[in-house]
Amino acid sequence: MQMPEPDPAILSRRSAVIERLAQVLPKDALIVEPAELRAYECDALTAYRCPPLAVVLPGTTEEVSACLGVCHEEGVPVVPRGSGTSLAGGALPTGDSVILGVSRMREVLEISYPDRVIRVQTGMTNLSVTGAVEDDGFFYAPDPSSQLACAIAGNIAMNSGGAHCLKYGVTTNNLLGVTLVQMDGTVVEIGGAHMDASGLDLLAVICGSEGQLGVVTEAWLRILPKPEGARPVLIGYDSSETAGQCVSDIIKAGILPVAIEFMDRPCIRATEAFSGAGYPDCEAMLIVEVEGSEAEIEEQLGVISQIARRLDPVELRVSGSDEESARIWLGRKSAFGAMGQLGDYICLDGTIPVSELPAMLRGIGDLSDKYGLKVANVFHAGDGNMHPLILFNANEDGELEKAEELGADILRLCVEMGGCLTGEHGVGVEKRDLMETQFRPEDLEAQMRVKDVFDPDWLLNPAKVFPLAVSAGRRALAAE
Amino acid sequence: MMQPGSEPELAEMVRGAEAPLRIAGGGTRAASGLDATLSIGGISGITLYEPGALTMIARAGTSMDEVLAAVEGEGQRLAFEPWDARGVLGRDGTPTLGGCVATNASGPRRLVAGACRDSVIGVRFVDGTGTAISSGGRVMKNVTGLDLAKLVCGSRGALGVITEVSLKLLPGIAATVTLRADGHSPKEAVAAMSAALCTPYEVSGAVHDPADGGTFLRLEGSERSVDYRAGALAAALGAPDDWRREDGPGPWTRYRDAVDFAGGAGDLWRISVRPSEAAGLVAALPGRWRMDWGGALIWAEAPAGSDLRAAMPCPGHATLVRASAETHAALGTTHPEPAPVRKLTEGIRARFDPRGLFSSMSG
Repeated sequence: MQMPEPDPAILSRRSAVIERLAQVLPKDALIVEPAELRAYECDALTAYRCPPLAVVLPGTTEEVSACLGVCHEEGVPVVPRGSGTSLAGGALPTGDSVILGVSRMREVLEISYPDRVIRVQTGMTNLSVTGAVEDDGFFYAPDPSSQLACAIAGNIAMNSGGAHCLKYGVTTNNLLGVTLVQMDGTVVEIGGAHMDASGLDLLAVICGSEGQLGVVTEAWLRILPKPEGARPVLIGYDSSETAGQCVSDIIKAGILPVAIEFMDRPCIRATEAFSGAGYPDCEAMLIVEVEGSEAEIEEQLGVISQIARRLDPVELRVSGSDEESARIWLGRKSAFGAMGQLGDYICLDGTIPVSELPAMLRGIGDLSDKYGLKVANVFHAGDGNMHPLILFNANEDGELEKAEELGADILRLCVEMGGCLTGEHGVGVEKRDLMETQFRPEDLEAQMRVKDVFDPDWLLNPAKVFPLAVSAGRRALAAE
Repeated sequence: MMQPGSEPELAEMVRGAEAPLRIAGGGTRAASGLDATLSIGGISGITLYEPGALTMIARAGTSMDEVLAAVEGEGQRLAFEPWDARGVLGRDGTPTLGGCVATNASGPRRLVAGACRDSVIGVRFVDGTGTAISSGGRVMKNVTGLDLAKLVCGSRGALGVITEVSLKLLPGIAATVTLRADGHSPKEAVAAMSAALCTPYEVSGAVHDPADGGTFLRLEGSERSVDYRAGALAAALGAPDDWRREDGPGPWTRYRDAVDFAGGAGDLWRISVRPSEAAGLVAALPGRWRMDWGGALIWAEAPAGSDLRAAMPCPGHATLVRASAETHAALGTTHPEPAPVRKLTEGIRARFDPRGLFSSMSG
């Protein structure tokens, strides 16, 4: 994976840049010691590392604006960072860039239940937003697996999803307004506690822009009253086609579960060995969760069980209690940990039309054989968001590269089937060079025009999202 | 009027255009119907519908009747409950999917199921350079690249001509129950609607209609579910006897399409505010009004040509729905933006429409 060469002119001015940053920040908000900079050399995509020029950790929107203003004047690239949990390398530094972390901005600014909104600084973690309102019976719906650690700033940048977005949508559907600081330091308020935009829906492009357009320091988020209860059913089948059929039949029957999770045999076996959740040893397993009152849950689980039975399941286990629910979820929730026990893995994130599920699983199987690497599948089946896990041995020369090639082939297959490269993790550097398999040049050009408006000098989050060759002309022009 | 039959034909026409274009779908909305120079009616048809995946792709000129008939035929629905502007604007014509998406037309269910833009998962459009651009696709989880589909949704033709839309659908609804209470002041109505929306009973409509005297709450779902929730909701609101239950479709289509404001003499506005500001706002309004979305949306009549925005005591925005062409031009259809936002908006418009072909769109 290629990154642009650091600009020697910037490297030579390092101490001058640091001095100017020091003038606009509290002393402890600026990190310049090489040993400390190493903590910021990568995010959760640990295969790629590069210490930044410096790290700034501003505590207010004004400080963010001041830092960006300095970097803008100095022509220094800035990499915005939430909690550094990106699996796509969304916060990977370049050697000539300043990392701007929002981790000190963790205040709740306002909670209004009559308006069902919360306004927060974006360094707050996803789970702590729910934590701020759950005693009053509310929650923040997007629930990425990293929710204990990941920051709202990163959730907005990557338009994060989670297991429950089949019903509640992803970040873009739960975001009402932002305070955005542009690269030149301009502070823009977009949206608010009210709904929808009157003019152009700028929130739509800001959410999911991966730090390309600005730094979001504050956000208005929609909060929802917690459902009365939720319970899952576990359904096992001897073929993934049948499991795919079951998903489609449930949706066609008019039921909208909050989550439909799918695991294949390699994943079932690994999680069973790791967690002892009591999963059946079968080709494909579904966990389908519904919400509501006791009676509503009973009714929905009844319909789902009826549909599932028609397809001759090898196991059908309806949870009757909180303990049984926890046990059904135990394996799924520890899936990534369990796979980690088997060795190193790459986690993919492509999405496909739900109808292509069986064909996609066959395609992944064929590719897995071709490369001689094992692939386990665990994913959000209701919306077709796959998470194939490619197992490899990082200590063996060339295995990482081989696993990455297999991953790229799987993602190409997702696009061929009518899907996309990434459903919830983002492009970052990881999928950057595959963008041309999904988009034509004119589609990428249109996206880059939006970037031109927000960040005309192309200084924000360099080398992410857009293939380097595609953005080369713009970057060269901006550097002049 | 130009009537392209395909996206390439449309792109060719845009490239050859020498004067600003006024785009129309079925000619049912705003000022665009009367003096349109480009109709998308010929770019029509549902190209893909997968009920098992809750997704549909249709060309922009497809009539909403055709879209809804197909969806309802499979027992499904559009989550955002698009509103039909014909009654209130006094127009005939056939509403199209393109017009619906271009105006982000969202009905009462918007407060729980999101706006039109939340159901739009992909768009194809031809920009002002005559280039066909595709964003998003047919899968409902997709964070690949910038989301231009949602940017185009609600852009009122300012960035280009929409040619195709992918939609996320929801399962249909077996039963609807409406709870009605009477005699609320605006403040009491907002308090009751907010209280209802803070329960876990998934209220999917919350209207206060001072002309009728009622505050209305809607529940949708299976027979058993709405029956249970109607009882639980009335109990949760403190005075269950104050809430009268009505089974069946209720007044929601009428409120969705704002037919209570049809034929009025004044201008008609849609105002978006936070519900807690709604009671204060309606006290400052010069004419008839009604609340939807639990107070987050206010329909308001004002004397023709008067600037209702100047009377707004709180943040939010007001969109001009029905007024003379002069008033649309003088006041602007959409709310004026603060300078830094306007700079971004104008920058985006200039890049997608460098020749100003759509400069008269978006009003």
